Amino acid sequence: MSSLIGYYSLIFGVGVSILVIFFSIKNFNDTQKLDTKVISLVFLQLLFVIISFSGLILSFVNSDFSNETVFNHSHTTKPLFYKISGTWGNHEGSLLLWLLVLTLFIFVFLLRSKNQPKQYKILTLLFQQIIIIGFFIFLIQTSNPFNHVFPVPKEGLGLNPILQDPALAIHPPILYLGYVGTSIIFSSALAAVCSNNITKMWASHIKKWVLVSWIFLTLGILLGSIWAYYELGWGGFWFWDPVENVSLMPWFALTTLLHCVLVLEKKLILTSWVVVLSIATFTLSMCGTFLVRSGILNSVHTFANDPERGLYILIFLFILIFLSFFIFLIFHKSENNNSKTFYLLSKETSILVNNWFMMYFLSVVLIGTIYPIFLEVISSKKISVGPPFFNKLILPFLIPFMLAMAIGPKLKWIKSDIEDKIYLILFFVISLILSVLIIRNLDINFLYNTILITAAFYLFFITLRDFFHRKYRNLSQITAHFSFSILILSILFNNIFSSEVITNLKINETYQAQNLKINFESIEQENKQNFKAIRGKFIVEDQSGLIEVMQPELRIYNQPNIVTSEADIKTNIFTDKFMTMNYVQNQDYFNIRYQVKPFMIWIWISTILLCLSGCLSLIRKKYEN
Amino acid sequence: MKTKIFSLFLIFTFSIIFFVFYKGLQNTNIYTPETKSEIKIPNFETKEFFSKDKINSDQIFIGSDYYLLNIWASWCVPCKEEHKYLMDLSKKENIKIIGQNYKDNFDNAKNFLINLDNPYDLIFFDNDGTIAIEWGAYGVPETFLIKNNLIIKKIIGPLNEKLLSEIKELTQ
Amino acid sequence: MNILKFLVSVTFLIYCFSSDLKAKNLEIEITKNLRCLICQGQSVYDSDSEFANSVKILVEKKLNEGLDEKQIYAYLKNKYGDWILYDPGFSKNTYFLWLLPILMFVFGGAIILKKVILKKKKL
Repeated sequence: MSSLIGYYSLIFGVGVSILVIFFSIKNFNDTQKLDTKVISLVFLQLLFVIISFSGLILSFVNSDFSNETVFNHSHTTKPLFYKISGTWGNHEGSLLLWLLVLTLFIFVFLLRSKNQPKQYKILTLLFQQIIIIGFFIFLIQTSNPFNHVFPVPKEGLGLNPILQDPALAIHPPILYLGYVGTSIIFSSALAAVCSNNITKMWASHIKKWVLVSWIFLTLGILLGSIWAYYELGWGGFWFWDPVENVSLMPWFALTTLLHCVLVLEKKLILTSWVVVLSIATFTLSMCGTFLVRSGILNSVHTFANDPERGLYILIFLFILIFLSFFIFLIFHKSENNNSKTFYLLSKETSILVNNWFMMYFLSVVLIGTIYPIFLEVISSKKISVGPPFFNKLILPFLIPFMLAMAIGPKLKWIKSDIEDKIYLILFFVISLILSVLIIRNLDINFLYNTILITAAFYLFFITLRDFFHRKYRNLSQITAHFSFSILILSILFNNIFSSEVITNLKINETYQAQNLKINFESIEQENKQNFKAIRGKFIVEDQSGLIEVMQPELRIYNQPNIVTSEADIKTNIFTDKFMTMNYVQNQDYFNIRYQVKPFMIWIWISTILLCLSGCLSLIRKKYEN
Repeated sequence: MKTKIFSLFLIFTFSIIFFVFYKGLQNTNIYTPETKSEIKIPNFETKEFFSKDKINSDQIFIGSDYYLLNIWASWCVPCKEEHKYLMDLSKKENIKIIGQNYKDNFDNAKNFLINLDNPYDLIFFDNDGTIAIEWGAYGVPETFLIKNNLIIKKIIGPLNEKLLSEIKELTQ
Repeated sequence: MNILKFLVSVTFLIYCFSSDLKAKNLEIEITKNLRCLICQGQSVYDSDSEFANSVKILVEKKLNEGLDEKQIYAYLKNKYGDWILYDPGFSKNTYFLWLLPILMFVFGGAIILKKVILKKKKL
């Protein structure tokens, strides 16, 4: 029943789209004000999508297996929380969620932009409706979440156990808020170009949307990483997997855009660049959707592969690209360049430098991700592009990038000089000495790592000092740069100082190394709602005599029948201790992995801090110079 | 003029990207290593299945026109499917079938052969799976046809009617 | 001087850390750079498939035989093709892969230089 309502709501939703387009075109030239009818229609559309989405949630909660999506991804013994999160844990449901966010955002956009010119608003709405209709058709044609199964099965196939995790339950909605937020930026930039409305006012208006998308995208990526760390069981948090790269690309574009909009807000320069970036941001989000959903790439996270779906998104993506391209070509009046001057030492130039590096990082990730596809089509050779490639091309460039990040914000608009030269040099020397002390005894490339850590420390100390200095009071910027330095520092230290032991142990056996003792004490079983848990108890003693009890777990899920390994992680502010145990076929021992990972929690904390800095900027009405 | 050339260039680039993605959609994203023809067989040392005697690979592949190396295990379901084809081939005079017992339990493997009959002229152990890597294999079952110490055909996955007749043709 | 105090404590902390470290495990480093053929999105290090476990043992064996990192990569590449290595290397297949981003970087730098320095001369 709820499936039926859900399905018809979708059909009505498309109908409303057509009405919205009709009335907005009629409204375009007739009156001064935006017709309330249009706003009500947009609300009606949102309502239909909400009904449809609720219908799907209801089907999941009631375990209505006459619905194909529910049958494929749910099971009666699943806890209620995961029944609900299972709604968007699959292709069809997640697209419906995507549509929900699309309609929600355009409604909020219309409510929140009262002071903007009417024609601009209508144009934004029209462009957004094109995207919405595209997704409606995609949903109904190729991935209908309300397909019927007959005869009705008694039991569903169940949700993949590795997806049954709290972080992953909220990861898709948050990430989608980020992705879909970029669609508003896209539509609004195109509308601004068409109606010739690129002003400082538009910049500060769109900045809010950029910030919101950026915050959600950052948070979404963070949640994904946390999930990978806790759930995938090998203690990593970032693998340069295509699915991760795909979320990183719009993030780079958004971060660039964020800095650019700041310039535009102040000086009305770089207008074309801002428009191009706005278009690129959404295009990259869509491109990501294509790469992930079509199954063209090979990734840990396998989604349902269906060439028809891939083809649809591909065509839709390129329609959007060409549409925006021609609109830009026809309507855009390029700025009058001659009156604007850039000085080498100015905030504008430093932001250009930021753009330069960001675009470089973006191109590395983009090319690294899609290059295998190109090579295979052109020469039918298959290669893998993995972490070594990205590390080699990104890490060295972080050095000048972080130095620029430290100094750039100190410059003033138009023209300035570097002040406090003594401090800048002093801090550099301190950072250098610190890095040398740290790297000295390690068995790694000395020069390279020292410089890398020096740059990170430098950014850290400079931004830290800025907190206590009244002259630079742009709190959100300092926080953002400060947390970025912590992020890089903790990632670097985590990489350099991590140590691990992989061994096979039977019960009552002890692993002994010069500075570590692991004793496999006992094993116990427990039956939970939809899985059986086998929990090992290990006593870990390090060289200082510190004893830790670790209890990693194996979970044998009933439906689908999959064994997952739950890590036991002991976190404190300096280091994480991470242990997993794995079952070995035909043997009476278990495979044990024990890792010590320093500064792990600081990776999460710094990213949360980064999001907070975005929020700070959002609530702050005016920037001080 | 400059913008025109630039936009034409962009349209061209996007079209190429579209085309490549379109073509890429039709390719499978699952990788299988290429079957390079005529590679020399690897050299390794192992133990014979029944006698547990040490044996070197050059003692195994000597004296017959053709060899069929079959990587199998008692726990592998497709191995049971292909078993009858191996039995069929074991009747041929000019071909010797060598079994490589992959990560198996000896008793289970012996029972497997007792229950289903033994097509192999010789079996050796590969307890940790490293000999399979020497062959360039990555799963079970995999089968290699060998002539004059060269691999002339590599089959990933179980044998079937078609592959059987192909092998027969090659070994005429 | 709050900052100096902080600095000293940070130095001390990190110093404590660096004392109990051991040399990086080469076997782990190598298996992290190998792609598993069974679970194709994962590295050999991450994967628990039969194939990955065998490769781990093989890498250990080869290291004991005295092969270095590069020789092991070459050995596996010979058996399974370029695909198994996560590092695509610099060859005629990958010229564009490595050079295109660098080219973008140079190109971007040139645009900024043009915007900043040439304008300065005009004034």
